[in-house]
Amino acid sequence: MSHHIVEVQDLNHTYPDGTKAVRGISFRIHHGESVAVVGANGAGKSTLLLHLNGYLTPQTGTVRIGDFPLTKATVANIRKTVGMIFQNSDDQLFMPTVYEDVAFGPQNLGLPPEEVELRVVDALNRTNVAHLRERPPYKLSGGEKRAVAIATVLSMSPDILVMDEPTSNLDPKARRALIELLGGFQHTKIIATHDLDMVLDLCERTIVIHEGKIMADGPTVTIFQDVELLAASHLEKPLRMQACPVCNSSAQAI
Amino acid sequence: MAKIESAFFDLSYLENLAGGNTPIHRLDPRIKVLTTAIFMLCVVSFDKYIISAMLPFGLFLVVIMGLANIPASYLVKKLLLVSPFAIMVGIFNPFLDQQPLLQLGTYTITGGWISFLSILLRFTLTVSAVLILIATTGFNAICMAMVKMHMPKIFAVQLLILYRYIFVLIDEGLCMHRARALRSFQRRAMSLKTFAHLVGQLLLRTLDRAQRIHLAMLCRGFDGTIRIRQILCIKAADLFALAGCAGLFFIMRYYDLPEMLGRFVTGLIA
Repeated sequence: MSHHIVEVQDLNHTYPDGTKAVRGISFRIHHGESVAVVGANGAGKSTLLLHLNGYLTPQTGTVRIGDFPLTKATVANIRKTVGMIFQNSDDQLFMPTVYEDVAFGPQNLGLPPEEVELRVVDALNRTNVAHLRERPPYKLSGGEKRAVAIATVLSMSPDILVMDEPTSNLDPKARRALIELLGGFQHTKIIATHDLDMVLDLCERTIVIHEGKIMADGPTVTIFQDVELLAASHLEKPLRMQACPVCNSSAQAI
Repeated sequence: MAKIESAFFDLSYLENLAGGNTPIHRLDPRIKVLTTAIFMLCVVSFDKYIISAMLPFGLFLVVIMGLANIPASYLVKKLLLVSPFAIMVGIFNPFLDQQPLLQLGTYTITGGWISFLSILLRFTLTVSAVLILIATTGFNAICMAMVKMHMPKIFAVQLLILYRYIFVLIDEGLCMHRARALRSFQRRAMSLKTFAHLVGQLLLRTLDRAQRIHLAMLCRGFDGTIRIRQILCIKAADLFALAGCAGLFFIMRYYDLPEMLGRFVTGLIA
């Protein structure tokens, strides 16, 4: 299947205050690929992600999701294809109970109640939070909120998952559970993050962004060994690839 | 700070109470909303010098509280918290209305004091009724019930979202308050200027968050209407409860039961 591609060509975005957040970014992501977008704070990652589900429309350049170029007319279709997971789960869980939140998307798609029920149960099972069904979101822990936020997106059966800092503010165990969960998904994944160790686990390809431009685009392992490139982009090697200060053993071979 | 924090926990406590499982909790929310509405109409429609005829309504609330396992101490605390409003409403009655109504030995009780007491009693009854409604039903269920009874959906959605994010907002406000308190050392009171900055900051953060929430809704196909799941169903027992309560309220409204009881007792003695 070739129609779940994400193609961005010469994309530019300038905010009303004159900040040039994205300057001429181009890339093409194929079906089933898992790609990390890394870069310093304010490098333009979030602005780029906002283009992928049509919240921002390209000022110049084009964005193509699947068979559709991103325009005002195709935005509804594109939002069905692209599931977006926000950095702060509280922003994403706005309904009174977990069930209603997960059902929100399918209901808006106009599905019949039985189908909505099926999808909600399935999404909650896939993220292992079926027991939280009737709970109000403000009573969940950070890890549970994140899992439910992912379920709300899965219930719409998207082909492409776009995530902004999925592991931020999670304790190590919740983070590990999340990585395993995401690793099991067959979707095309685009993950903007600072958690480079997670990138090693999940993404075979990495795009490095600095000051609105692509610094590098290639296999994750190659990029993470380029110390100069990482330093220039305000990054450093993932901890797992650095030598251990306690036992003095050399870095783990990747 | 402690005050804001405890108010926050009280809100969660109310929600915990609503999770109970007693005959009162199991009634359909619509029935409870209607019953509360009739209760309030009956109480506020009494004449301004009436006190004794309202007392059976208080007894009714006490019985409901017992059935629903709601701790009285909690209710009393909440009542005291909002009582200044009721006191402000009635405080001038004793001065304005000097008409003597009752003679107790050498003391003359004026109409003003009677109507002041009557206002306080009405306040206690109506506010307790609403608190008991929320504590046995839960805020969300009440909203849903009102939608079912054809309240415009936009109000329901506003209330639901407000209730969802009030926790987040209080959290955020608390964080800012703590950050200020930790750096202001001996000076405990907040200057007006700092306060203005804090509130402004909170408003900006709220606007930002609202934008992100709207984005999240758009991402999931939001088209202007929120579809709320409706799983309510009225059983025969519910209707029976409504009819019973409404009948009881009307009897209590039109017959002064304490007075009748008093006359009966004095009749027996005489």
